[in-house]
Amino acid sequence: MPNEVQENEAGSRNIDLEHLDLLVRRYGRIISAVAPVTAVITALLLIGVLIFSLGKSPFEAYKALFVGAFGTLYDTATSLTRATPLILVGLGAAFAIRGSVFNIGGEGQIAIGGLAATLVGIYLPNLPGYIHLPLTLLAGFIGGGIWGAIPGYFYAKRGTNLIITTIMMNEIALGIVQMMVKGPIQEPPGNYPQSPQVLPTAVLPLIIPGTVLHAGFLLAILFAIILYVVLFHSPLGYEVRAVGENAIAARHAGINIFATRVLLMVIAGGLAGLAGASEILGSQLRLRPAFLPNYGYEALAVAMLGQTNPLGVFIAGILFGALKAGAGSMQRATNLPMNLITVVSGVIILFVVLAKIMTRLPRYLAKRSAGGGSGDFLSRLLASKSLKGTPHA
Amino acid sequence: MLESILSLFNLDFLYAAVRMAIPIILAATGEVFLQRSGIFNIGIEAMMIFGAFFGVLGAALTGNSWLGVLFAMLAGSLTGLAFGFVVITVQGDQTITGTAFSIIGLGLTSFLVRVIWGIRKLPVMVTPIERWPVPVLSEIPYLGRIFFDQSPLAYIAYVLLILATIVMFKTTWGLKVRAVGENPKSAASIGINVIRVRYLCAIFSGSVAGIGGAILSLSELNMFVDNMSGGRGYLAMASVILGRWHPLGAALGGLVFGAGNALQMRLQAIGVPIPNNLLLILPYVLALLIMVSVYSRSGAPAALGVPYEKETTIE
Repeated sequence: MPNEVQENEAGSRNIDLEHLDLLVRRYGRIISAVAPVTAVITALLLIGVLIFSLGKSPFEAYKALFVGAFGTLYDTATSLTRATPLILVGLGAAFAIRGSVFNIGGEGQIAIGGLAATLVGIYLPNLPGYIHLPLTLLAGFIGGGIWGAIPGYFYAKRGTNLIITTIMMNEIALGIVQMMVKGPIQEPPGNYPQSPQVLPTAVLPLIIPGTVLHAGFLLAILFAIILYVVLFHSPLGYEVRAVGENAIAARHAGINIFATRVLLMVIAGGLAGLAGASEILGSQLRLRPAFLPNYGYEALAVAMLGQTNPLGVFIAGILFGALKAGAGSMQRATNLPMNLITVVSGVIILFVVLAKIMTRLPRYLAKRSAGGGSGDFLSRLLASKSLKGTPHA
Repeated sequence: MLESILSLFNLDFLYAAVRMAIPIILAATGEVFLQRSGIFNIGIEAMMIFGAFFGVLGAALTGNSWLGVLFAMLAGSLTGLAFGFVVITVQGDQTITGTAFSIIGLGLTSFLVRVIWGIRKLPVMVTPIERWPVPVLSEIPYLGRIFFDQSPLAYIAYVLLILATIVMFKTTWGLKVRAVGENPKSAASIGINVIRVRYLCAIFSGSVAGIGGAILSLSELNMFVDNMSGGRGYLAMASVILGRWHPLGAALGGLVFGAGNALQMRLQAIGVPIPNNLLLILPYVLALLIMVSVYSRSGAPAALGVPYEKETTIE
């Protein structure tokens, strides 16, 4: 039955479309570079329509947003500070996605990384800063890494659904942090759900005096470069990409898929943990419940918007950081609730996904016009009859 | 202490377990269909929170909470339709799309609630849907109190659950859904419209998840609270997997989480020496432990998560 319908292939009408499809494929690299920009612009246009329909001026809102994010040196520094955790988590997520491992567990890994860093930062006194600070950051990386390794192990070993397990791990991690800051490590006398401040020896220094930008941003730059080199210029990066593109072929090529997948979750989790640590040690100085709300999920968006390329992730992270930093200014200027920024983030991701339509549309149209012959109806009719006569599953 | 803990497991506990399970069960019933058709939907969280929000909006606009439920269903269906467009027609990645939907759901509802009712004001209150004991059935010893002394929306959930099970396993329609999820290419070759089946599953899933969300805002409470779905969509997804993609199995999974939630609240109430926040994560720990101990891919629809590319000329 399937054979008979493949006869009417190339009609004359769809030659142009086939040609277009070919062009699209040939220039795929350029298109994939343009796609994120298109996605951001489309998303801003759509949100602009929403703002307009609420009787506000989209220009005014976006202007306030931009000025709030980059208006002064202080604002720019704030944007970069907000971007730092997004970049770190996004880098890990992007690296893992290259190996077809989707880490939705950033939220929990950030929390556990922050918790581990806080513990080491508070309870390891009498160390010089050049030992204490690296140790504290390392604790954050290890904490997040372990939190990523647990679901990673079960996924790599038995194929346990990574999405579900990481989401559960997120909720559990947030609960543990809440419990800790309301119990064992609560700051006396216990008025607020927060830990005491970390010791001065574990604090990340500010890199632009008079602003909030701390050395965590340098870590983000460093890891963007490291991951870029590893991903595109090292055997490990090759293996990761091979597993991501075709796991079975990679296995035949002698790559240990199990080890690669667990490693990817350790790296993704570790970087998320480091993000949590750098936020605590550079910005907040103490642990609070949900101290980076939704950053884990948004980092996934950052990874996608950056086309899972470490340098792209870096830029996308700054964009999302700027949105967060400018949200307050937008709310003050236009009285639009700042939750709108969350919507903008979500819509941008959606349009990154939808950008695929640009590369797919010619092929789709080509197929459609190829399938538009008169035999089509007949084959459909025959097929629907055969369904009724077939009692199988 | 032990005695007082044991005394928790009484009729009221079972009643509360069912009550808290209902939103999860509803969402899971829809998700079973969607996953059976081959689509993995993390965006279910968005469908629930839209249901919760538009339920309240509808109730506030019309002054009738039942019309609110209708709003919730509609909002859920539209979310399902939009989700379907991205993952079915555009063949976007299902994980990322689902995440995007969850973020938009959370952001848009907390945005709209402030736009409509003010940034720093109390949320609007609506008339809640009161619980309604079913005549006769609620008189049954034990079972009556547990199952038939609930919100009317719970009875809708029961009916939907039974209907879903029948449709899934006893009708051509269910057969089509399962065929599409197992092997879309061969399903298409015998004339099943894969795209249409998946779209219908997405819309159905959205509408029932919407009712699930409306229960939270119109029956459990009488207003909308930010992030009020609170991860129940994710628990529904876990229920589907634990229940081996069977509606009744998924409902059982939902009951386990409902019971975990009910237990957690009662342990808090009698003041066991465990921090509240550790108790709050009990359902999630439970879900995780079950997942890693019993999970296997056997029983999963073979084409789950794989986009379907239409064959060249069919249809």
